[in-house]
Amino acid sequence: MKQLTLVQAINDALRVALEHDPRVIVLGEDVGRNGGVFRATEGLWETFGDDRVIDTPLAEAGIVGTSIGMAINGLKPVAEIQFLSFIYPGIEQIITHAARLRTRTQGNHPASLVIRAPYGGGIRAPELHCDSTESLFVHIPGLKVVTPATPRDAKGLLLAAINDPDPVIYLEPMRLYRSVREEVPEGWVEVPLGKARKVREGDELTVIAWGAMVPVASEAALQWERQGVSCDVIDLRSLYPLDEETIIESVKKTGRVVIVHEAPKTAGLGAELTALINEQAFLYLEAPVARVTGYDVPVPMYALEDAFRPDVKRVSQAIEQVLAFE
Amino acid sequence: MIGQLNKEMVQYVTPEGYLTEQGRSCWRALPDESKLQFYRWMTMVRLFDRRAVLLQRQGRIGTYAPLEGQEAAQVGSALALSQADWIFPSYREHGVAMVAGMPLSQIFLYWMGRVEGCEAPEGVRLMPPYVPIATQIPQAVGAAWAAKLRGEESVAVAYFGDGATSEGDFHEGCNFAGVFQVPVILFCQNNGYAISVPFSRQSATETVAEKTAAYAFEGVRVDGNDVLAVYDAMRQAVAKAKTGGGPTLIEAVTYRKGSHTTADDAKRYRPEAEVKEWVEQKDPLQRYVRLLKAEGLLSDADESAWEAECKERIDLGIREAESATPPPATHMFEHVYAQMGPNEWRQRQQCEQGGGQVG
Repeated sequence: MKQLTLVQAINDALRVALEHDPRVIVLGEDVGRNGGVFRATEGLWETFGDDRVIDTPLAEAGIVGTSIGMAINGLKPVAEIQFLSFIYPGIEQIITHAARLRTRTQGNHPASLVIRAPYGGGIRAPELHCDSTESLFVHIPGLKVVTPATPRDAKGLLLAAINDPDPVIYLEPMRLYRSVREEVPEGWVEVPLGKARKVREGDELTVIAWGAMVPVASEAALQWERQGVSCDVIDLRSLYPLDEETIIESVKKTGRVVIVHEAPKTAGLGAELTALINEQAFLYLEAPVARVTGYDVPVPMYALEDAFRPDVKRVSQAIEQVLAFE
Repeated sequence: MIGQLNKEMVQYVTPEGYLTEQGRSCWRALPDESKLQFYRWMTMVRLFDRRAVLLQRQGRIGTYAPLEGQEAAQVGSALALSQADWIFPSYREHGVAMVAGMPLSQIFLYWMGRVEGCEAPEGVRLMPPYVPIATQIPQAVGAAWAAKLRGEESVAVAYFGDGATSEGDFHEGCNFAGVFQVPVILFCQNNGYAISVPFSRQSATETVAEKTAAYAFEGVRVDGNDVLAVYDAMRQAVAKAKTGGGPTLIEAVTYRKGSHTTADDAKRYRPEAEVKEWVEQKDPLQRYVRLLKAEGLLSDADESAWEAECKERIDLGIREAESATPPPATHMFEHVYAQMGPNEWRQRQQCEQGGGQVG
C-alpha cells in the first residue's frame, strides 16, 4: 500500500477509474495539461489523452450540462468544478436536470455522473473561494452528497461514487488535501455511500462532523477523554443518504449530541440531523442537541476566517455545555 | 477605428516604440502631460505589482493575482474614464483601481484578506473585485442601463478576461446590452490563457471582438500592450456611449507575464519561447518609454526620479495597510443586513465571547 495524501488519493482513484472503466471521462477547467489547480488530476492527461481528460472552456453550466448529456449517451463523466464557490452557474443543470432525469425519464436516462468540487475554508484562499454550501445539494431529492475526511475514504468514496447509478456531488475539503498521509489500498476499492465512519468510540457524548471539521471534532473529543469523558465521534462521510443507524445507535447510547459544521447555522445540515434525532431518539436525549457552526454571515475574507470556522475550543465548550445540562 | 474589420488589431505604437500612421494623429492631439501620465501610471502599476508578489512570498499578503504585462490595457482604458463612470473589475484590475482613485493601502488590505480593502473612497465608482468569472458583466450592463433610464451621463465598464467569454453571464450581458442599447463598455483583456487553458480551447472564434456581431454592437480589437491605442479605443467607446451610440466591446490583446496567481505555476502550461517573445519584445512599458525618450519627453533622470517616487508611495501604502487596526472578529456581522436582527445579534455576542455552540 502507498502512503497518500487526500488529494493524491483522489488522483489515484481517478487513475484507477480511467484504467478500469472506458466510459469514464474526466473534464473541467485546468484538469488536463495543468493537472488541476490542486494537482488532483496531475499526470492523467499525459496518460489517458485529450479525449478522456478534457480541459473545458471556463463555463460551469457548460461543464455540468454537457456532462449530463454525456451520461445520457453512455459515458461516465467525472466533472471537476474548480471550487464549490464557483458551481452556482451550473446549479440549474444540477437541480433541474441531474437530480430529476431518472424520475422524468422513468428510469430510462438517469444522469449517472460525479461532480467533484473542493470546498470550505482554512487555507487562506482569496475571497469567495471558501463556501461550504453542502446543504444546498443535500436538500435536492435525486442527488447523493459525500465528503471524505481521510485519504482512504477519499479514494473509496470516489470510486463508489463513480460506480453509483445516481448523480453524486463529491465534496473535497481543501483544508485536508495535504494535512495527513495514510496507507491507501491499491486498485479498485470502494467505501459504500450511506455509511458513516466511527472516528472515536465513547459513551458519554456523540460528536457528529464531516469534511474538515472531523479532525477538529476529534481533537476536542481527545481533550475531553484526557479528562475522563469519552465521546463517540462520527464522521458522516455521506451527507445524503445519511447513515441513520450509526447516528441513532450512538445517540441512544450517549444521550448527548454536539453537531459540528463549517457552514452557517441556519438551515445547515445540523438542523436536519437534529430533527432526525428528535424523530428517532427523543426519549433517549438527556440534553438538547447542540450545534457548533459557522456564523450566519457571508464567509468572511481570510483575516477573519479562523473566527468564523468552528475550532477545537468552540467544540470543546459546546461539549462542556451539553455535558453540564441536567 | 470604429467600423474596422474586427479581426484586425489596432496599433498606434509598435513594439519597437514607433508611432504608426493612426498613432501619429492621436499623439499630436494629446498634451504632453497626458503622454506622461500614461508612463507614470504604468510604472506605478508595475512596481506595485512586483512589490505585491514579493509581499506574498514573504507571507505579508495572501494569494495574489499579478498583472505584469497588462499595464497598458489597464492604464490606457482607465485614463479614458471620468469620475461619473462605473467600474466593475475582475480580481486582476489593481491598475484600473489605482487610476480610478483607490488608495494603494486599500488594494494591499484586500489581498491581506481584509474586507475593508473592498471599500472605495467616496465618489469613486469602483466595485470590489469580482472573483467568480464573468459575473460582473450583466451587472455593468445593468448599471449602464440605469444611467440611460435615469438620464445620467455616465458609462459603466466591465473588466474581464478571455476566459469570461465562455460563461453564460458574458453572453447574457452582451445580449441585454445590444437589445437595450445601453452605455456599457465590455473591456476584455485577452491575455491568451484562462489559468492554463489557451484561448483556442476557450473559443472557436479567432477573436473576442468578432463575437459582438451576434449581439449587433461593435467589437474592437486593439493591441493591449499599446497604451495609446487602448486609450483611444476606450475614449471613442466612451464618447459613443455617452451620445446614445450604445455598447462597445474592446478586446485588448495582451499577455500576463507571470502566473495566474502566486499559487499557480505558468511554466506548466506555457511554452518558454512564447513567454520570452512577449516579455522581451512586446512589453507595454518598454515600448512606451522608448517612444517618450525618442520624442524628448523623458530622460533617464526623470525615469529614476519617478521610480523612486513610486517606490516611496508603495512603501507608504504598505505601511498604512500593515498598521491599519484589524477589526474585531465581530466585524463579520457588520453590514450583513441593513439592520441586525435578533439571530445575528445573538450570534455576534457568542462570537464576542469566543464561540461555543451557535444558538
